[in-house]
Formats: sequence, C-alpha cells, structure tokens
Amino acid sequence: MIRAVLVAAVLLGAWELYCRLSGIDPLVLPAPHQVVAALWKDRSLLASDLLSTAGEVAAGLAAALLFALLAAISIHLSRTMRRSLYPVLVASQTLPIPVVASLLVVWLGYDLGPKVAIIALVAFFPVVVATLGALAKTDPELPRLVRALGAGRARTFWLVEAPAAIPGAFDGLRIAVVLSVIGAVFAEQAGSESGLGHTIQQALPQLLMSRAYAAVIVLSALALALFGLIGLIERLLVPWARVQGSQL
Amino acid sequence: MPNSAVTLSDVVLTRRVNRSQQIEVLDSVTLSAAEGSTVAIVGPSGCGKSTLLEVACGMLRPTSGTVTAQPAAMMAQRDLLLPWATALDNAALALRAAGLSRGDARDQAADWFPKLGIAGFENVRPAQLSGGMRQRVAFARTLLAGRPVIALDEPFAALDALSRIEARAWLSDALAAGGRTALLVTHDVEEAVLLADRIIVLSPRPAKVVESLSVEIAKPRRRSDPQVVAMRQSILELLGAGQ
Repeated sequence: MIRAVLVAAVLLGAWELYCRLSGIDPLVLPAPHQVVAALWKDRSLLASDLLSTAGEVAAGLAAALLFALLAAISIHLSRTMRRSLYPVLVASQTLPIPVVASLLVVWLGYDLGPKVAIIALVAFFPVVVATLGALAKTDPELPRLVRALGAGRARTFWLVEAPAAIPGAFDGLRIAVVLSVIGAVFAEQAGSESGLGHTIQQALPQLLMSRAYAAVIVLSALALALFGLIGLIERLLVPWARVQGSQL
Repeated sequence: MPNSAVTLSDVVLTRRVNRSQQIEVLDSVTLSAAEGSTVAIVGPSGCGKSTLLEVACGMLRPTSGTVTAQPAAMMAQRDLLLPWATALDNAALALRAAGLSRGDARDQAADWFPKLGIAGFENVRPAQLSGGMRQRVAFARTLLAGRPVIALDEPFAALDALSRIEARAWLSDALAAGGRTALLVTHDVEEAVLLADRIIVLSPRPAKVVESLSVEIAKPRRRSDPQVVAMRQSILELLGAGQ
C-alpha cells in the first residue's frame, strides 16, 4: 500500500515537473496542483456526481452478478445451454459499447435503466468465464464421492461444485468492478443529467480541463474502493481459500 | 455360521489396455466376509487389491463370476474432505447427500466425534487438522453413510508412523463397537494382523487368493504379542518378503 502511494507520488511529481518545465498551456494539460485545486473547488458537484455514478455501478454490478451466476450455472449443468447460450454471451462482448449505449438511451430514456443495462453488459462476462473455469476445475473426486453417498445431480451441485466455484466468481468480480466504472462513463455520456462521466463530457467543451481530470481521479478512487470492498467481502465469505496475490 | 455380507465367487476381471491388448487383473477370486467381521486383503503392490474392493462395492462389474454384497461405503487414502466445510459438516456430508437437513445431519454426526476421539474439533476446517484427524473425520463420514459394509482402501497409507499406530487403535475400537462388516485393503501386514478377523493374501497380478487365514488372537491385539509377530512373519513369507 505504501509502495503504491510512492509510485503514485513519483508519477504525479513527473507530471508536475513536465507541466512546469515545458510551459504547456493548462487548457491542454493541467498540472496536478491545478487538478487538486479543482477537486476542492468542485467538491460538492463531484460528490453528488460520485453518488449517482456509484449508485449506477452498484445496481449494474448487482444485475451483472445475478445474470452471470445464473448463466454460469445453466451452462455448467446443461450441454444444450453451453452450446446455445455461451456463444451468444461471447458475441455480446463484441458489441461497440458507446453505440449500444446511445441506442439504449433512445429506447429506455435518460434514467437509471440504460445505465444499469450497459454496466451489466460489460461486467457480467468476466464473472461468467471465471465461474465456469472454477466449476470445471473442481476436484472431480469430490462430486464422485457425494454422488456415491447418494446425492443426485442438483444436490451434488449445491453441496460441492457451487462452494468450490465461489473463489472463481470473486476473481471474475474483481475484473468486473473495474470494467463497470468504464461502462458507467460510456452510459452517462450517451445521455444523462448527472454522474462523473456526464461531468467529464460537460467540462471538455467548456475547457474546464482541471475539472475533467478531477472527475477522472474520483472515478479511479471509486474503482479502487470497490476493488478493495470485493476483497474484504471475499475474506469474510471465503475464509478457507488463500486469496493472497489477488487482493490490493 | 453367521451370514455372509460380501461374497465373491470365481470373479474374473480383465481390462482392455488398448485395441489389441487385455490384461487380466483378477483371476478367479473367491472370498467371503461374514457379517460384522473385518476382512483384510493384503498383497504385493499393483496386484489389484483396490480393483477387488471396487468390484466388491459394486463400482466395477466383473468380467465373469458373481458378486453378492450388501451396500457399501468406501473410504480411500485421500480423505476428500471439503476444504470450506468444518469437520462436523464434512462428517455430516454423508447424511446431507442422502437428503437430510443440515441441522439434523449435524446433530447425528456430532455423536461420532467423542467416539473417534475428535471431540472439540467440530468447528475446525480440514486445513487446520492433522492427517490423522482428517482420516477420523473421513471415517465418521463413511460410517454415517449408514451402509452395512465399509470398504477401506489403504486408509492410513498417507499417515506418518505414529499417526498410523494411533489410527489403528481408534479404527479397531470403532469396528468392534460398530457391528459393521469391514473390508480393509492394506499393504501393511502388521495392520492386517492387528485389525482383521480374516486375512486374504493375494498373489501378484493377476490376483488369485493364495491363502485365507482366520486370525484367532484375542482383541485388542498388541504389536509385541508373539502370536501377532508370528502371524505377521508367516504372511510376509507367503508374500515372498519373509527376510
């Protein structure tokens, strides 16, 4: 953690130094101290933007998780679903998100709906892939044992395969939180009245570069906080797995 | 003469290795285990002991011959405990697999912990248990499956020498108390002499019964008992390892 702060400080120092030495116009690239000033000056705007973006991300992630787990379970249990549903899910990841976002706004309007849909669309896929991977990697002796003890397919799944796949679902979720923040920006830029992505889009034509950069920093902080939160929940929910190496 | 819980007569098993080659694993094996008795199966490694156990448990169909056996639960060298579940939940797994609720399964499983000397470890996960403790939990799970026959396939092979000695003691007590029929596959002749009522000695592959010995030594048996030492020696000689 301390090392990460050091790395960030070095990068910021280099950026500050570059701005001062090159004499670059702050309208092109604001220096870090100007961004910090904007963070403070626009704090109430950024705070309310953060609140609405965080709300969209939370709702989108919840939808993504629900859909991803249902999809992973049905693909794992049914050969037919693997053959029919999985290719469609893969294909969904090739959709150009900004275009789809605009189309969804036309269809669903300016409120929460299209944002949740876009965030879920970019965030569900890593959860599906990682959960399926973990399900496939379950020690095959464990389900064999439980079946020999008399359990049917469904009970075997709930007793053995589902718990074995939880760490995999968390791996996917870690990728999903980062993607979900990017998804939120695309969704807000397609049509919205608040949020960090909306503020970035509004700041650029007004040449409020420092404000745009400040909003980006708040966005990164949101992603970092969510990433940390996932790690915390995982530690509480999956205490048997050694998850060092995947956390902050 | 008590009823037989497991009977194999003239069981032959051949396995196809590839298109043109077959190997004979079991060659006309005949044996029976009386209800409530412990039968040990010893033999050189790779002779087909584990295959014989799978045939006796109905997990493999013999090529020819007949198998008449009561339902069996198997316990292997790998304990196969679920890493996320506590010791109690792991033991209770046998009952939950059969459809019991978690609460009822845990209640029934809890009775076995003091009997196997692991009281107080109910809420510990497998990673925090020693190899010997893990095997006790796996054994509790096997007993809780409620089958009249338990098939033990080298259950203590992965344990260190001291844990093995301890494991024989609790297994011997549990078998004496349980009234189950036990088939014990082991490469440890001393273990067979200490635990079994009958010892089946197999030949190298294809496995044939070389000798079926009744062990008439009073239980509990001690390793240093001259009768135990003599019997162990004579079985080792049958296996060609008497020196």
